[in-house]
Amino acid sequence: MIKIPTRVLLVDDEKDFVEMLSLRLKEMGEKVTLAYNGQECLEILEKENIDVVILDIKMPGMDGIETLTEIKKRFPIVEVIMLTGHGTTETAVEGMKLGAFDYLMKPADFDDLTVKMEGARKRKDEQEERIRKAEATFLLRKSGNI
Amino acid sequence: MEFFNVLVVDDEEDFVETLVNRLNKRKVPATGVLSGEEAIELMKEREFDVVILDVKMPGGMDGIETLREIKKVQPLAEVLLLTGHASVETSIEGMKLGAFDYVLKPIKLEDLFPKLAEAFERKDAHDSKIRGAKIKKLLRYW
Amino acid sequence: MKSSAYANLQRKIITVTLLVSFAPLIILGVTMYYQVALMCKDKTEEHIKYRARAQAQAIDLFLKERTAILSAMADTHSFNDMIDEKNLSRVFEVMNLRAGAFVDLGVIDSAGQHLAYVGPYDLSGLNYYQESWFGEVMSKGVYISDVYMGFRQLPHFIIAVRCWEGQRSWILRATIDPNIFGAIVLSAQIGKTGDAYLVNKAGIYQTHPRFSGKILTEFNLDTKMFRGGTTVIEARGSLGNRLLYAGSWSNNNKWLLVISQEPAEYMRRLFALRNTEIAIIIFGIFAIIMTTIFTTRLAVNHLRDSDAKMNELNAQLIQSDKLAALGKMATGVAHEINNPLNIIIQKTGWMEDLLAEEEFQNSENYGEYKKSIEKIEYHVERARKVVHNMLGYARKMEPHLEDVDLNRTINRTIDMLENYARDNNIDIQTDLSPDIPIIASDEAQLQQVFMNLISNSIDAIGKDGLIQVKSYRIKENITVSITDDGPGIPRDQQKKVFDPFFTTKQTGKGTGLGLWICYSIIEKLGGSLSFRSKVGEGTTFTISIPLIVPEKK
Repeated sequence: MIKIPTRVLLVDDEKDFVEMLSLRLKEMGEKVTLAYNGQECLEILEKENIDVVILDIKMPGMDGIETLTEIKKRFPIVEVIMLTGHGTTETAVEGMKLGAFDYLMKPADFDDLTVKMEGARKRKDEQEERIRKAEATFLLRKSGNI
Repeated sequence: MEFFNVLVVDDEEDFVETLVNRLNKRKVPATGVLSGEEAIELMKEREFDVVILDVKMPGGMDGIETLREIKKVQPLAEVLLLTGHASVETSIEGMKLGAFDYVLKPIKLEDLFPKLAEAFERKDAHDSKIRGAKIKKLLRYW
Repeated sequence: MKSSAYANLQRKIITVTLLVSFAPLIILGVTMYYQVALMCKDKTEEHIKYRARAQAQAIDLFLKERTAILSAMADTHSFNDMIDEKNLSRVFEVMNLRAGAFVDLGVIDSAGQHLAYVGPYDLSGLNYYQESWFGEVMSKGVYISDVYMGFRQLPHFIIAVRCWEGQRSWILRATIDPNIFGAIVLSAQIGKTGDAYLVNKAGIYQTHPRFSGKILTEFNLDTKMFRGGTTVIEARGSLGNRLLYAGSWSNNNKWLLVISQEPAEYMRRLFALRNTEIAIIIFGIFAIIMTTIFTTRLAVNHLRDSDAKMNELNAQLIQSDKLAALGKMATGVAHEINNPLNIIIQKTGWMEDLLAEEEFQNSENYGEYKKSIEKIEYHVERARKVVHNMLGYARKMEPHLEDVDLNRTINRTIDMLENYARDNNIDIQTDLSPDIPIIASDEAQLQQVFMNLISNSIDAIGKDGLIQVKSYRIKENITVSITDDGPGIPRDQQKKVFDPFFTTKQTGKGTGLGLWICYSIIEKLGGSLSFRSKVGEGTTFTISIPLIVPEKK
C-alpha cells in the first residue's frame, strides 16, 4: 500500500530539535514544513495545505496558546498537537480544551508522536471526508437529473 | 451510549420544544434556545457536548456567526448544522469552519440520531484524552 | 416590429429616396433640353439671319454691278452709237463678258420709243411711254424694276439708266436673266427644307421659291412683319407648316430676301440630343430604382436581423430574469414551507413517542391514531420532496473565482458518475490535454456543468455505449467536448434544447432546467456552450471557456 504523506508543520524555536524531528519524519515519508515562531506558522498555514501542526507551547513572541487559538479560529480543520515541557501540562490541558488534538511531553518519544500524528490526521481526514460527501450530495442534488 | 448534553438552537419555538421533548424522552438531556445570542449566553455557563444549530435564523446572529462564537466559547462542542435545501452551501462552509456535519430539514429523528451519536463520540474521544492528561498531571504531583 | 411594419418602412424609404433622386434628374434633363433647344434656335436664327443678310448684300452688289456697268456703257457711248444695233450688240457682248446675266439690251428715246434692241425677243419698235417704269427712269435716272411679265410674257426685271446727251436724254435698258438671278437667290437656301426667294414690298415673289409658290404670285406673309435691316420671325408657311423666316431688305428696301427653314431641320439634332437625354434619364431612373430597392432591402433586412437579435437577447434577458425571480421566490417559499413541515414532522414524531406509552396502547382508537400519524408523515414526505425539487435550482449563481485544474475537475466528475455509467454498460473515455493550465474559474459550477452534460449523455444513450470526454486548448480558449453515441437530437428539438423547462424525459424525471443552467453558468463564466447532433449518430456538446490565468498570490 502506498502511504499518503501527512503534511506536517513543525513549530518550535529550538532549531536543533525541530531539524532533528523533521529529518526523522521525512524519513518516514511525511511532508514536513518548518516554522520557528507563531507568526511564521500562521503565514505558512495561509499558503500551504497542512494536515497537522506540531506546536511548541513555549515560544518567544506569540506563545503556543495564542498561536493555537489563532489556528483554530482561522483554520478550524487543521489539527494541532502541542509540545509541552516540564511543568506545562496544565497548559496542555488548556490547549486541548481549546481544540488541540493532543499533546506530547518533551523530549517527545518518536513512536508516541507518530501514533498521535496518525490520530490527528485521521480525525482531519474524517472531517474532510464528511465535507466532501456533503459537497458531492449537494452537487448531485443540484444537477437534478440523477 | 452515554448520556450527553444537547443544545438545540432554532428560531422556530414549536420545533425546538418538540425536538427537546423527543430527545428528553429518549433520555438525552436537551435544552432549547431560540437565538444565537441566547445559545452563546447559555454556553458561557454550561457545557454542551453537541449543538444542533439552525443555519438560517432571521434577525440577530445567523448560523455561521453563531458557529464561530460557539467555537470560541466551547471549542470542543460539536456542532450539527440544521439546514434547508437553499442553504446547503452555507452548511458546507460551516463544516469547513469546524462544524461536525449537517442535517437537512425537515429532519427525522432516525436520521438525526446516528449523526448525534457520531458527533458525541468524537467529542467524547477528545474529552477522554483531556481527562487522561489531567490524570497524568495529577500523577505527576504525587 | 411586425413584418408589415418593415414593408411599410421599406416602402417609405424607397419612395422618399426615389422622389429625391428623380426630381433633380428630371429637372436637370428638362432644363438642359430647353436650354439646348433655345441655343439651337438662336444659332439657327443667327445662321439664317446671317445668310439672309449676306445674300441681300450679294444681291445688292449684283444689282449695283449691273447698274454700274450699264451706266458706264451709257456714259461712254453716244446715243447715235447706241442706236446702231451693231454697236449695241458689241456693248451687250462687253457687258455680258464683264458682268453677265444680261438677257437683252435696248435703247429707248425720251419719247419711249424702243430704238435699238439686242436680245432674243423682237421688241424693237415698241413704245414704253405708257409703262410705269419709263416714268420712273425718266424722273430718277436709274431704275430697277420689280419682276414683271412685260411684253414678252416671261417674268423678268429690268435695269434702266437715263443718259443726258446735251439737251437730249435717252434710256439704256437691260433685262436681267431671271434664271441667273433666281439661281443667285436660291443659293442662299439651307438644307433640305430651306428656301430662299425675293419678295417685293407688295408681297409678290420676285424669284421662284423652291417650295412655297411661284414667281409673281403672292407671298404668304405680310412683308411689313419684316422691319428694316434683317429680321427673323417664326410663322406658318404656305403649306401650313411652321417655318423660320429670315428677311433682309435689299435693292433700296424694295426687295426682301427671305430665307425660310423648317425648325425641324435644326431640331433634328435637338431631337437626337433629347432622345439620348431621355435614354440616359431612363437608364438613370432604372439604376436608381434598382439600387434604391436593393440597398433599402439590404438595410431593412439588416435592421430586421438586428431587431430579431435584440429581441432574442431581450427574450433571453427576460427569461433569465424570470428564472432568477422564480428561483428567489422558490427559495423563499420553500424555506417558509420547510419550517412548518419540520415542525409537523417533529410533532407527529412526538405523538408517536407518546403513543408508545402504555396508557395509550390500550386505547380503543390506538390503531386509528397510529394510522393517521403515519398518513400525516407520508404526506409530509411528499411535500418535502416537492420542496426538494423546487429548491434543486434555487441557489447562488454568482461565480466564485478560484484556481481550477480543469482536467482534475473533469476526472472527479467522471469518478462520481462512474458507477451510474457502469450500471448501464457505458464506457467513459477521456482524452485530456496535459497542457491545460490552472485557470481562474468556479470549480463547483464547472463540475455541475460537466455532471449535467455527462449524465445527460448517459441518459441519452440509455444502455451500452461510449462517451468521450476531450479537453484541449485553442489559443486563449479551453475547450471541453463531450460526445456520446446516443440516438441524437431530432432537428425540430435542437432549437429548444437550451430552453428552460424543455425536457424529453418523462414527467417527474427531469425538470428541463439542466442544460439551461449549464448554458447560463458557462455564459456567466465568460464562455460558450454549443452542440452538434445528428440523429442516429450521437451528440457532441462543446464547452469553450476563456483561459484566465489566476492572479499570482
